[in-house]
Amino acid sequence: MGGGPVIRARGLEKSYGSLRAVRGIDLEVGEGEIFAFLGPNGAGKTTTVEILEGYRHRSGGEVEVLGVDPGRATTEWRARIGVVLQSGQLEPLLTVRESLELYAGYYPSPRPVDETLEVVGLTPQRDQRAGKLSGGQQRRLDVALALIGNPELLFLDEPTTGFDPAARRGAWGMIANLRQLGKTVLLTTHYMEEAQILADRVAIIKGGEIVALGKPSELGGAAAGRTSIRFRLPAGTATDELPSAIAAKAQEADGRLQLATETPVDDLALLCGWALEQAVDLGDLEVSRPTLEDVYLELTGGEAGLT
Amino acid sequence: MKTGQLVLHQFRYDQKTFWREPTAVFFTVALPLIFLFIFTSIFGNEATIVDGQRVKGSTYYVPGILALALVSATLVNLAITMTILRERGILKRVRSTPLPPSVFMAARMGTSTVVTLLLVVVVTVLGRLVYGVRLPTDTLPGLVLTVAVGTAAFSALGLALTAGIPNENAAPAVTNAVVLPLYFFSGVFIPLEDLPRGMRLIGDVFPVKHLFELLLTAFNPATRGSGIELDHLGMLVLWGVVGLVVAVRTFGWAPRAESGRGAGIRWARRRR
Repeated sequence: MGGGPVIRARGLEKSYGSLRAVRGIDLEVGEGEIFAFLGPNGAGKTTTVEILEGYRHRSGGEVEVLGVDPGRATTEWRARIGVVLQSGQLEPLLTVRESLELYAGYYPSPRPVDETLEVVGLTPQRDQRAGKLSGGQQRRLDVALALIGNPELLFLDEPTTGFDPAARRGAWGMIANLRQLGKTVLLTTHYMEEAQILADRVAIIKGGEIVALGKPSELGGAAAGRTSIRFRLPAGTATDELPSAIAAKAQEADGRLQLATETPVDDLALLCGWALEQAVDLGDLEVSRPTLEDVYLELTGGEAGLT
Repeated sequence: MKTGQLVLHQFRYDQKTFWREPTAVFFTVALPLIFLFIFTSIFGNEATIVDGQRVKGSTYYVPGILALALVSATLVNLAITMTILRERGILKRVRSTPLPPSVFMAARMGTSTVVTLLLVVVVTVLGRLVYGVRLPTDTLPGLVLTVAVGTAAFSALGLALTAGIPNENAAPAVTNAVVLPLYFFSGVFIPLEDLPRGMRLIGDVFPVKHLFELLLTAFNPATRGSGIELDHLGMLVLWGVVGLVVAVRTFGWAPRAESGRGAGIRWARRRR
């Protein structure tokens, strides 16, 4: 495959009339990478993905997927990608196995049906009609259909939206299996946890633009570097009795004092030294690094799909 | 896989889905047979005048019901199922695969053709055995040509009609609103000679009447020759071409809510 990027976008734009849905997205996804687009509804995730899938024409910029402009997609190119759409049903009257056999026939070198059923965990349901499957199982079948052609690149548009927590965990296990198959995966989600657990890299997208891009652990720049220390002072101890370096940074939050610091070790030593000396108890002391969720909420202005 | 094999592959699975849908099977296969029974029971022994000759009611209704069966297996069936497949996102899903759209269409038309042929045989045999209607032996070339051209033309019209159907629920209503009046204007239910002149003139414009006239000729014992009537066939071809052009230009693969004018989304045209 030559090691070049599987997906490359430069200044990708998409307008619908006066609405600019995608405003200059730059992107590179490498082979074997699981890449997540994270953002609230209407951020431009699906529009971007559907341009990469060859469904929609872009208004501007350059795009290459597997070395081909998806706006000029050929049959051969389509055999190299697998697509799971955000919404859409499957033919309800075919069984799981029949659905896979039907799709297998579309591709030049499909994967074995039984093995693919195993990857998505639908072996026990193989003779059930698709219309009788649960929502989670239908989504698995959808992923199996995307995999059956043995694609190099897989698009999963909100693969777990609407799932209950158990079904979501099941789906995560399945997507993790895809990594073992060496597939490049581009997924979209509005669940921070999902991006954090599954993805090698995450792009946070808002208003048609990428506002942050990186490994889940490194996202958010300065905000992510700050550790937060929270504690409660006993009744009768005032904030201004704290060491001045601490008091200056401390803020009231939910009945506790909170300070955001880039030097947590120094500040903790100072705070705890003071507490020991004064024999003051620091109630509910908590030290935490920001989660991806905090970063996400900060970057997207809190309009997250936290459901 | 070669194109032919691919069509056959898709066709096999379309057959499964068609026969597993009780509503489609009832309306497409059972209903024409029920109509045949009802109309021949009521009017079977009354004579009507066709081209100046007396024709028995049962002889008149066998080709009438055949016209209805052909339109129902092609136009009605395709317009409804394709709209459902489009609105459920199944067509969009298929477009992400290497399956050429033409193969998908050809396979669906194949299913319509098989159902049509089945009904032609069943209605003809029932007509002969139960009502003593003459088998179209001399006119077999005309019958075969009519069924072939009719199936193609009405399939194309069915695909063309899907663009005019906004959603899944509207599909049966829109489709029946189009075909039911045409059955009446074309003499399928009530003999042409009993229709007001205006209705007959409207019927002349649309293809159902020409299909029916061709089938009637094939089953009419007074017919001399092969039963090939180029004027009526020409009208079917014309309508078929119109249907094909409209279908190619307007057929939508994505749910209407996504690709509607309001959203202003242009779909990537597929090359080669």
